Amino acid sequence: MALLEIHDLHVYYGNIEALKGISLEADPGQIAAILGGNGAGKTTTLRTISGLLRPRSGSITYGGKSLIGMEAHLIVAMGLSHVPEGRRIFGILTVEENLNLGGYLIRSDRKLVSERKASAYALFPRLAERRTQLAGTLSGGEQQMLAIGRALMSGPKVLMLDEPSLGLSPILARSVLKTVRQIANQGTAVLLVEQNARQALAIADRAYVIEVGRVVLEGEAATLAGDERVQKAYLGGFEAVGTG
Amino acid sequence: MGAFLQYTVIGLTVGSFYALVALGYTIVYGIIRLINFAQGDLSMVGAFLGWTLLVSFGFQRLPLYLALIIAFVVPMLGTAAVNIVILQFAYKPLLRKSLLAILITALGMSLLLQNTAELIWGPSIQAYPPNLLPSTGFFMGPVHVTYVQLALVFVSLLLMGGMVLFVQGTTVGTAMRALAVDHDAARLMGINVDGIIRLAFVLGAMLAAASGVMLGLYYVQIQFTMGFLLGLRAFTAAVLGGIGNIPGAMAGGMLIGLLESYTTGYLSGSWKDVIVFGVLITVLIVKPTGLFGERVAERM
Ligand SMILES: Nc1ncnc2c1ncn2[C@@H]1O[C@H](COP(=O)(O)OP(=O)(O)OP(=O)(O)O)[C@@H](O)[C@H]1O
Ligand SMILES: [Mg+2]
Repeated sequence: MALLEIHDLHVYYGNIEALKGISLEADPGQIAAILGGNGAGKTTTLRTISGLLRPRSGSITYGGKSLIGMEAHLIVAMGLSHVPEGRRIFGILTVEENLNLGGYLIRSDRKLVSERKASAYALFPRLAERRTQLAGTLSGGEQQMLAIGRALMSGPKVLMLDEPSLGLSPILARSVLKTVRQIANQGTAVLLVEQNARQALAIADRAYVIEVGRVVLEGEAATLAGDERVQKAYLGGFEAVGTG
Repeated sequence: MGAFLQYTVIGLTVGSFYALVALGYTIVYGIIRLINFAQGDLSMVGAFLGWTLLVSFGFQRLPLYLALIIAFVVPMLGTAAVNIVILQFAYKPLLRKSLLAILITALGMSLLLQNTAELIWGPSIQAYPPNLLPSTGFFMGPVHVTYVQLALVFVSLLLMGGMVLFVQGTTVGTAMRALAVDHDAARLMGINVDGIIRLAFVLGAMLAAASGVMLGLYYVQIQFTMGFLLGLRAFTAAVLGGIGNIPGAMAGGMLIGLLESYTTGYLSGSWKDVIVFGVLITVLIVKPTGLFGERVAERM
């Protein structure tokens, strides 16, 4: 049994069915990539897992326990952390305060908060130089680093990232995704939503391709990277693809 | 010059009461974008609870420091409970729906508190024990300052300082500030957003109640309608300082107190509300973000 199991998830916005039966899994130490075009339902999937949206039906179990109907802040407490689309850092707060909020649930353990902050700064040294800067004045790449660092503060067992490379230069995107791989290697289960399919497949273990609310393809990342349909739709042509 | 300084002392005293109520407006607004029009009436509730303890229950006969601690702490807790009930039953069902509906509900709550207070404590004016506090003072040059003024301003500053330390210096306070920008992102940090909203209502009510007791001690007379104008003046103070802005609310309160005192002193007492609300309208037209506010009242 996988650590996080999503089965036959149906989610509606009003009368519009955005997810029409999504099933997927995530395991410790592994990256599961979720690929798909605009409006496919990737963000909706992550928001439903973190409790920001309520599914109409389907199941979400984490370590055998159902997360359905649980409030978002309690889901974080169970060990799931979500880096939302568009980063959503608190621009009016400093870098340090953003990290403190990431550690909101462990706030009474000051030592643990400092340790986790230290490892966030070690992971992203650029943030360390900008501790007291207002997060809203960070560059896009720095904001993404902060969003990831902030999500790690709660010590998650499952890390969900919604398009972490969006808006970053190719070099920075690669470096962020490399960091995501490092995080997974330390034992975290990662759900990685990406439009940048090539780079996502290069670091992922498994992948799911979503179209209009359904999983249309799934399998080993390496296999999918070689799949003709994936190459056509998401990798832009027939060039050779590096696999990780 | 002597008169000016004398008016300044009075203005700062009254202004510190307004500042406390304005802080309540601003804290609640910062989190859920609601102008809680019942804020002034919460102050009235606090004033009457304090009066009940001191006069009806006779706690005025206790040693002064004990009587004062009871007369502040119990009304602050009681008023906080009232505000939580209002939040849960009146505002919460509307929170994610219509801001206009919730605003009108807030006006309704203001009237509800007034009418309930009238039922409980009657329509007539009640008096705080007039001799509870010494009416003596001292001269600072030409200016006479009473010990009561000094103590009330001191307590107000203490409460405001505590508030600032809490909001700026603790993680829970940081969470309150984060809610001003993004509720969902806050949830993803593991922050219990409903819990923080309740906390804001508790703090806002406690500050209002404290100001109500101080008004009773300072002016002696209290009445169930006293929250109305107090609320409007404090609201003006909050807008003047930039609603949602905590230091702004405190400065705004002091400014309104001074303005009122100078108007009363140099023109006439009957002009003070004309001037104060003239300021409100001018600020709303010319600089709706307030004197210090960078945060816009965008959703109201
Ligand atoms: N708040 C909303 N109200 C109504 N419909 C919505 C809402 N959010 C998303 N949708 C719809 O649900 C569908 C899935 O959206 P979602 O944001 O999950 O897509 P996505 O795969 O993340 O796309 P993108 O790659 O562009 O971010 C889309 O058709 C979208 O229009
Ligand atoms: Mg999306």
